[in-house]
Formats: sequence, C-alpha cells, structure tokens
Amino acid sequence: MSSATIDQKPAVPEEIKSFTVTLIIRRFNPEVDDEPHWQDFDVQLYPTDRVLDALHKIKWEQDGSLTFRRSCAHGICGSDAMRINGRNRLACKTLMKDLDITKPIYVEAIKGLPLEKDLIVDMEPFFDSFRAVQPFLMNSVTPVKGKERIQTVAQRARFDDTTKCILCAACTSSCPVFWTDGQYFGPAAIVNAHRFIFDSRDENAAVRLDILNDKEGVWRCRTTFNCTDACPRGIQVTQAISEVKQAIMRGKA
Amino acid sequence: MTSTIEAPRSPYTRSTKKSGVNWEKWGWIYMRVSGVVLVVLIFGHLFVNLMIGEGVSALNFAFVAGKLTNPFWMVWDVIMLWLALIHGGNGMRTLVNDYATSRISRGILKVAILVSVVSLIVLGTLVVFTFDPCPAGAPADLVASFCKSL
Repeated sequence: MSSATIDQKPAVPEEIKSFTVTLIIRRFNPEVDDEPHWQDFDVQLYPTDRVLDALHKIKWEQDGSLTFRRSCAHGICGSDAMRINGRNRLACKTLMKDLDITKPIYVEAIKGLPLEKDLIVDMEPFFDSFRAVQPFLMNSVTPVKGKERIQTVAQRARFDDTTKCILCAACTSSCPVFWTDGQYFGPAAIVNAHRFIFDSRDENAAVRLDILNDKEGVWRCRTTFNCTDACPRGIQVTQAISEVKQAIMRGKA
Repeated sequence: MTSTIEAPRSPYTRSTKKSGVNWEKWGWIYMRVSGVVLVVLIFGHLFVNLMIGEGVSALNFAFVAGKLTNPFWMVWDVIMLWLALIHGGNGMRTLVNDYATSRISRGILKVAILVSVVSLIVLGTLVVFTFDPCPAGAPADLVASFCKSL
C-alpha cells in the first residue's frame, strides 16, 4: 500500500504526498428530491488511489447516504461503471494520477438508463437487450465421446475479444443512439451476440443475425466509436458491430 | 437445426414482421455504396469546374451551358444529383429517427424530407435534360461560343 514507503527508515527516496481532491457528485434521492443536483466533497487522497477509494472515503467518513454499486472493486464484476469527468469509466480502474486533480472531478451515474438513486441506475433495460440476443451456447449435437467440443486455436481467437465483456454498461450508456432511443439493442448486446455468432461450436448464428438485422439492430450504429472509447476491458466494440453487419450482409458468420 | 425439445427458448419477439424487404439494411448499404461513388463524382466535378484550365474564373453561364450540352456531363450531373439527394435525405431520415421523439413530429419531418428530396430531384433532372444553352435574344458575350453557329 501507499503508506509502506513512508514507514521505511533507510533510503527513503521521496515521500508520496497526499493531496486534497474535490469531487462533485450528482446526487439524487428519489424520496426527497424532484431533480438531481450536484454536491461537492473534499477528500484527502494519494495519486495511487482510485475514484472508488474517494467514493468510499466520502461514504465512510463524510456522508453515509452516498449510494453507489461496487462488488469486487478490481475491474471484473462490472458494477461500478459511472461517468467520470464526462467519460464512462469504472470507478475501480480510474486512478487519481490519471485525472487532472487541479480541477474538481465530476462523477455522475451512467446516462440513458433510468436513474434510481445517486450513482445507481436501473440496469433492467440493458439486460433485456442482452437476453434478447440469446447469449448462450446453442448446439444440438452431442460432443464426441460425451466430453468436450473441440475448437482450434484460430477458431477460439476469432471471437476472443468479445469474450472479455463484463456487462458493466459503460459502452451502451455512452452510445448517442441509445441515449435517444432505448429500443436500440446497444453495443453490449451486439458484443455478446458477436461472441456466439463467431463461435464455431454454436449452431444458431443465423437466429442471432436475424434478431440483429432489425430496425433497432446493428443498422442504427453510427460508428461514433464512443463505445470503444468507453470499454474498460479494451474491447474493439465498434469493430465487433461492423463484423456483425458484414455477417448479416453475407448471410453467414 | 433438429431439436429434441420443441423450441424451448423461442426468440424474444421484438418485431415479428420478418417479411418483405429489410429497408434498414438496404438503406445502410445504399449509404456506403453511394458515399464511395459520390466521392469520385463530387471531387471530379469540383476539379473540372474549379481547377482545370482558367480555374474558378472560367465559371459563368456559358461555361455551365456548355457542360450541360455534353451528354457525358449530363449523365454525370444527373447521377450525382440523384445519389447525393437520396443520400442526404436518407441521412436526414436517420437523424429524425434518432432525435424526433413523438410519432407525429417524426411523421411530419419525414414527409417534409421526402417532399423536398423528390421535388429537388424532379426539378434538377428536368433542368439537365430540358436546358436551352442558347436562349433566344441573349447577348452574344454571355452565351456559349457555339450558339453563333446555330
């Protein structure tokens, strides 16, 4: 941890200084407020601290009513996607040293999904789209000798990028088409469809391509690359969507 | 696909009408194809009009009239007109779909786009094919040189 260097007696290179950071958080309590409002907090932090640590400090030391989701706090569960300085990021993967701390840090809930409280949104519409693309392996053939379905390294690599999705909704809630039209499947659903469409073990790529070849499907994508920029897992989301478009045009994966 | 269980997980029915032409798909393909063609047509048009020969100073009624008597440029201009107007109209349609919230405003805007695209295409096509490069009684210095021989 950051305090370890300070405790060391011999040859201390330099003390890691803490600094005061101002966070401006968009608060909303549905029981009291009609409209969300901004509230600022001053927190003492180290450069190696994350936005999530700042939120914890506020919740534990200043205002216990601050509400946000987080589970693993290590960038895998996908619970704490939020809009930090206007960009969708995971609070647990955004370090203070990567932000301009001379200015206040603005933190708000992700956009395009119904706001429930403070930094929490209703994720149900997002998961509805996810369910709609049938994100599970569909195969009618019994595996050889009842063991496993063999796949070459190249076949696995074909959809490797889209297996990395953690369903944090950072991409879908950064998409300007999704902001204006909640009917659009959104990048995350298409990424998870891509993961099975290009899986050699799956047999129902055509079904998913049909689902996405819809008025609210892949054709609504305007290739603005907001989703690729927002993805905390570095998935090439826009490329995945384009590959699905190509597959629909050719009629097969 | 053969299945032992009768369709246990039927597709989530977002839209069941799976008949006829998929306009969203063909609209998207049209945008890509016409975009590529328009790059060639528009830059060729600009190059010929603004850079070749005397450049922009050559542009006058006679220059345009001369171009519009040449079948090559008539076809070029008509293709450019149709592709560009439908391309632009379709782009506006997607914008309306994205940003017009109510059914009524969406309908009004789309009809307005359709009407303006159709009327501009008709007018433009009419001009290209019925254009008279040598209007009667026009001063000789304003019309194309070949008008004298008529």
